[in-house]
Amino acid sequence: MIKPQSLGQVALIGLTTAYLLAVYFLPSQVWMGFTINALAMAIVALSWNVTGGFGGLSSFGHAAMYGTGAYASAVLQVQFGVNAWVSFGAGILAGAAMGAFIGALSFRYGLKGSYFALVTLAFAEVLRICASAFEITGAGRGLQLTLEPGLATLQFNNDRTLTYTLLLITVAIVMGLTTWMKYSRFGAHLVAVRENEDAARALGIDTYRVKVTAMAISGAFGGLAGAIYLQLWLFIDSTVVYGVSISVIALIGPIIGGAGTVWGPLVGTLGLHLLGEGAKTLLHDAPGLNFVLYAVVLIAALRFLPQGLMGLAGRIGTFRRKGGDDA
Amino acid sequence: MLEVRNLTKRFGGLVALSDASLDVPEGAIVGLLGPNGAGKTTCFTIIAGFTKADTGSVRLNGQDITGLPPHRICALGMVRTFQIVQPFAGLTVEENIAVGAYLRHRDRREALAEARRIGKQLGMASLLDRPAAALTIAGRKRLEIGRALATGAKLLLLDEVMAGLIPTEVSEIVEIIRKIREDGHTFLMIEHVMQAVMSLAETAYVLNYGKMIAQGTPQQLVQDPAVIEAYLGHGAASRLQETGRA
Repeated sequence: MIKPQSLGQVALIGLTTAYLLAVYFLPSQVWMGFTINALAMAIVALSWNVTGGFGGLSSFGHAAMYGTGAYASAVLQVQFGVNAWVSFGAGILAGAAMGAFIGALSFRYGLKGSYFALVTLAFAEVLRICASAFEITGAGRGLQLTLEPGLATLQFNNDRTLTYTLLLITVAIVMGLTTWMKYSRFGAHLVAVRENEDAARALGIDTYRVKVTAMAISGAFGGLAGAIYLQLWLFIDSTVVYGVSISVIALIGPIIGGAGTVWGPLVGTLGLHLLGEGAKTLLHDAPGLNFVLYAVVLIAALRFLPQGLMGLAGRIGTFRRKGGDDA
Repeated sequence: MLEVRNLTKRFGGLVALSDASLDVPEGAIVGLLGPNGAGKTTCFTIIAGFTKADTGSVRLNGQDITGLPPHRICALGMVRTFQIVQPFAGLTVEENIAVGAYLRHRDRREALAEARRIGKQLGMASLLDRPAAALTIAGRKRLEIGRALATGAKLLLLDEVMAGLIPTEVSEIVEIIRKIREDGHTFLMIEHVMQAVMSLAETAYVLNYGKMIAQGTPQQLVQDPAVIEAYLGHGAASRLQETGRA
């Protein structure tokens, strides 16, 4: 189904897969814990990739969807005692609804480019302030789930290997859905909107609907990532799940890895986490250092790798394209 | 097939289009001529739903489509191309055409097969896997036609599809348009290249300062004093006649 275009891409995908499998056999549990964090973030990256990568709609506020997913699930579980599975599903739906809402409002007024980015940032900030103000969202204290490991409560904190496996499966599902989307009619329409919106309209595409749908799908992935964060850490507050850092991580991974590709967000996010972790070890854990490093890498990537690592790998050992069968 | 009635469009104080009407019968190739700034493209953007007219109406196959958005109009069977070609630059030629084909084919394989079929019909078989950004101007103009054709629309609005081409390329496109017409398509085309209009269109309209100043066969139009004056300036028709006599 996934069709790599070159030996370089096969190698990059192979390397990533090999690393993810090798984690099972590495002696130190630190690697697994670290990769769990990276995978959780890869899901937000995959979420951003739907709109920012395939649709060319660069959001700077994916925390809005992420936080909404986390809060919807947490409020239901903590304040209303709803079952964890149901709340988890509601988190995904809430993320989708938030995405569609932001998209519908922004695109109704024709926002594009940096204006759209700023509005999404504003949405995330407004939601952060609301979440820290209202009692139902735990105000400034945040919301805490009661520790109760088990299948019914979706808490697997006592079993790291199981957590890792479940995350791996989730990432695989999200990437599978991305692949399916990419090769569907909707995917073709979304890419057409990115490449040239006027031409897309002329060819019978309802571009408004395509963009709002993309925001809803992206929101569902974002909400999923937020709901997963809650189940992993059992605690959320507004600065964490609605924070700008989430929005930054959401976009930086795909841009480094290759926006608008299926593997790019995972490759980029893993690469960045490895880099950040390496810097921390080398430079003895200066707080916020990883973000400084991310900024440098991001600027370098935008300058030298406009299509990210997947784009770079795509130029190495290109398979001979089958020529058009001339009749 | 297409009835345009009394379109008027003002941009601030500028009247871009004033009470313009035209008819495109089924199976015909109709030209829309006029000097630069005459309102031809404005007329197209209104017909295709990209801009709303201040007054006037557009009917397609008897159905009133005035003010419908472009994607609805396209689904009803009328599609426009752009004067400044607008390829999906990052996609291959095949994928570009497939975007149009997806309108009638939900399935990816069907859409791609339709795209290949149309690509071959337009003589682009060897270019199907090339990125659209790598095409020459002539290739991009063909791609515009191919994408439009792939939507399954029966009425194609071509906006200066020959502009910027060398004469051999023009005659190739003229041939392609003829063939497409034989398959049951109708054309309304804005054109500056007179060679193309003369050899293709049965009827043409001439716009000047937003007004329809003449209508007839291309042969009649090139001799029409109002048309000559529109292109060459006031008094040009009589001067031409004098030099003709001298």
